[in-house]
Amino acid sequence: MLHFIEQALTSFVASAAFGIIFNAPRRMLLHGGFVGMIGWIIYIVLEYAADAVPATLAATIAVGVISQIFSRMFRAPVIIFSVAGIIPLVPGGLAYNAMRSFVQNDYSAAMEMAAKALMLSGAIAVGLVLSEVLNQMIRRIPASIRTKSSSK
Amino acid sequence: MIQWCRTTPISLMKRSLIRLEYIRHDSSPVSQVETGMIGSNPTEQSRVIAICLLAGKIMLQSGGETYRVEDTMKRMAAALGLPHSHSYVVPTGIFFSVDATEPAKLIRISERTTDLDKVSEVNAVSRRIGQGELSAQEAHDLLVQIEGKPSSYSTAVQLMAAALSSGCFTIMFGGGWSDFLPALICGGIGYAAVIAFHRLVRVKFFAELTASFVIGILAFLLIYMGVGHERDKIIIGSVMPLVPGLLITNAVRDLMAGHLVSGLSKGAEAFLTAFAIGTGIAVVFSLFM
Repeated sequence: MLHFIEQALTSFVASAAFGIIFNAPRRMLLHGGFVGMIGWIIYIVLEYAADAVPATLAATIAVGVISQIFSRMFRAPVIIFSVAGIIPLVPGGLAYNAMRSFVQNDYSAAMEMAAKALMLSGAIAVGLVLSEVLNQMIRRIPASIRTKSSSK
Repeated sequence: MIQWCRTTPISLMKRSLIRLEYIRHDSSPVSQVETGMIGSNPTEQSRVIAICLLAGKIMLQSGGETYRVEDTMKRMAAALGLPHSHSYVVPTGIFFSVDATEPAKLIRISERTTDLDKVSEVNAVSRRIGQGELSAQEAHDLLVQIEGKPSSYSTAVQLMAAALSSGCFTIMFGGGWSDFLPALICGGIGYAAVIAFHRLVRVKFFAELTASFVIGILAFLLIYMGVGHERDKIIIGSVMPLVPGLLITNAVRDLMAGHLVSGLSKGAEAFLTAFAIGTGIAVVFSLFM
């Protein structure tokens, strides 16, 4: 449990700090941090339960959908919210280990990790696409149905 | 009209330039009706074009997605009385034309930074124009103001943010709290290095390569001095502020919106950045191992 709190806290701070690096508007920093935190929590829970690829996919979809909702709520471009949420999911660690193995002439391990990193990048791309599709579907549903389903 | 056909291309070009500046252009009555009052007046029309181009330029330079830039320009033009505009945006330039009689305008974008605040402000201006709250003059003044605005955070604050996020990422990727401080130092200095090298030589990939090299050296040094335990976690966390996250997100979104050229070129830029970071770290490893 302590581990979860630690992870949630650090992911919130890291995502909000990324908002500063990208010059996001001041009043949107906490929202960006929140999106990043939700994405990361989904990722670590699912990675523990299943595998990194579906975990990344689910986390990316969640980040995409929450960002779209925030974008409409606060009338700001989606990208302000989604960018900070995507960054932690980028397989930097795997790419790093792959590069390290290449340098140490351990090509089979390097290729294995590079392939995995590629899979994870693909999962991020697919997740972004799926959240876009979901968003367009939500937009097309008439307002009356949407309010009914959200009140449930 | 017969004379026009006989003229050489150069004199034709000259003539069209003169026509644009001094002579009221004789567009067909149909397009005059369609474009309404503003569109029928050439000076007003060129001012609207200038406003749209300025908005597009600010957005594209600040890291807006291609489809958002195109969409914003079209909407602004329509709200200001030019409903039949076309814009074609690639990461390095903007083409904009309002109708067949006017020559298309081109803006070259050479420097791109990330400033999401400007993207969202231009977005707000375009929305207000769409709702009829702003006149063309007011919109122009606002956009000039946005373009000249310094970034909302000072470099020192951004450095601190980069350092803080590096430390947090180290914890997120499974490092212990004893690695927090070294990652803080490496990440901050690495981000400072990327800014400094980019000011020194205007080659982005070289700056990233050198910065990741600096991060690698520092991490090795700190471990050697006994600060921190897991070198790998420290390096991964410190490299995160350099990771091209915005480019990756924008590339996918552009590809999905059908902007294949922009999507692929942004993807290539992201790949090159990732490659530069990896090479910098790899050089450190081959030196020390």
